[in-house]
Amino acid sequence: MIPGPFSYHRPASVADAVKLLSDLGEDARPLAGGHSLVPMMKLRLATPAHLIDLHGIAALKGISRNGNNLVIGAMTTQHELLASDDVAKSMPILHEAALLIADPQVRYRGTIGGNVANGDPGNDMPALMMTLGATYRLEGASGARDVPAADFYQGAYFTALEPGEILTSVSVPVPAAGHGYAYEKLKRKVGDYATAAAAVVLTMSGGKVATCTIGLTNVHETPLLAADAAKAVIGTGLDAATLKKAAAAAEAIMAPAADARGPVEYRKHVGGIMVTRALQRAASRAK
Amino acid sequence: MTKTHVTMKVNGAEVEGLVEPRTLLVHFIRENLQMTGTHIGCETTHCGACTVDIDGMSVKSCTMFAVQAQGSDITTVEGMANADGTLSALQEGFRMMHGLQCGFCTPGMIMRAHRLLQENPSPSEQEIRMGISGNICRCTGYQNIVKAIQYASAKINGVEFREAAE
Repeated sequence: MIPGPFSYHRPASVADAVKLLSDLGEDARPLAGGHSLVPMMKLRLATPAHLIDLHGIAALKGISRNGNNLVIGAMTTQHELLASDDVAKSMPILHEAALLIADPQVRYRGTIGGNVANGDPGNDMPALMMTLGATYRLEGASGARDVPAADFYQGAYFTALEPGEILTSVSVPVPAAGHGYAYEKLKRKVGDYATAAAAVVLTMSGGKVATCTIGLTNVHETPLLAADAAKAVIGTGLDAATLKKAAAAAEAIMAPAADARGPVEYRKHVGGIMVTRALQRAASRAK
Repeated sequence: MTKTHVTMKVNGAEVEGLVEPRTLLVHFIRENLQMTGTHIGCETTHCGACTVDIDGMSVKSCTMFAVQAQGSDITTVEGMANADGTLSALQEGFRMMHGLQCGFCTPGMIMRAHRLLQENPSPSEQEIRMGISGNICRCTGYQNIVKAIQYASAKINGVEFREAAE
């Protein structure tokens, strides 16, 4: 399988990349790790006339601290996230989730920016970024703007990115010390997208849940925040009745597609189980 | 489509060629360089048969364009033998432990295992299995591939390899 012909561009700065994107218009696509786009191009489901490879832009790489936030350059790979001590210590759920993405080879190339910007409901980082309250920096010809992850996803492959804009970094607030976390992903095999997955970040106080956020992957055309499910567990010790209530509240907002991963009812059912497991595991880790 | 001139280092030698931007790295390696050790399996980024080592990373060369490898340092399975032509510890492991049957996945397995052992010279069985989870083998059931990598790990670390009891 060979992709259709295209012109290859390798800008050295964000400004050059943005200029190329706006000059070349709709026929141009930015290329990050390429592990979603290149397979689509080989199947001729994507036929961009111009590829703008972002690998030449050093400013898009790396993980740094900005106050209480970790700022992760869009071209930082999953492998680099996994190698980061700062991520492992201050935001272990990001480490846990990155390890569940694709396979080792794909993680050497796949980037956080590509994962969150593509708008693929099967990607794991979007729901996690919503759960962590992350903000995306989008840069275009008219300047930069910051969009909360929770406002970014509009539909499958439809996002708040305007034509000519590039997602350049992700800013993630470091969760409170002693927080509990879990990313539970059910998949058929290594490398598969989630049949359903749930991210939980919570804090406990005196054996009761003090704060809780729940995100859901691949059970809707966009990633979801399960606000009612999270509300249902606040102030409880996560007893069986509460867990059941939370799972039901989460299932109520799921609308997965029926596909090779299973029919709608099954995917909702296991989605509820992922929420339950993630809540239990997160609580067991909270200090 | 205009062709682009690319240069890179493959198995220690400077190579060059003219490629269309859409030429996949695996096609450049197999067709331009005539090095057919790197295999094309699924062509969909799943099977790992096309894995090569690029600047210290295991990469599926069917999912990267040759133009993107400009200036990089690549190792393929042809570059795995020791300088004197004898088998490397990994190659010896695959031979001694029968880590292959049809052999189609072997170049990718060896290239992936090479990087895994560079990063972690003493992986546990679980770490080996996760480490090669991007490589599919339809013959062996993986048992002997895992043993082959354990053999290589032991040899690299200068300890005697003992098969775990089954």
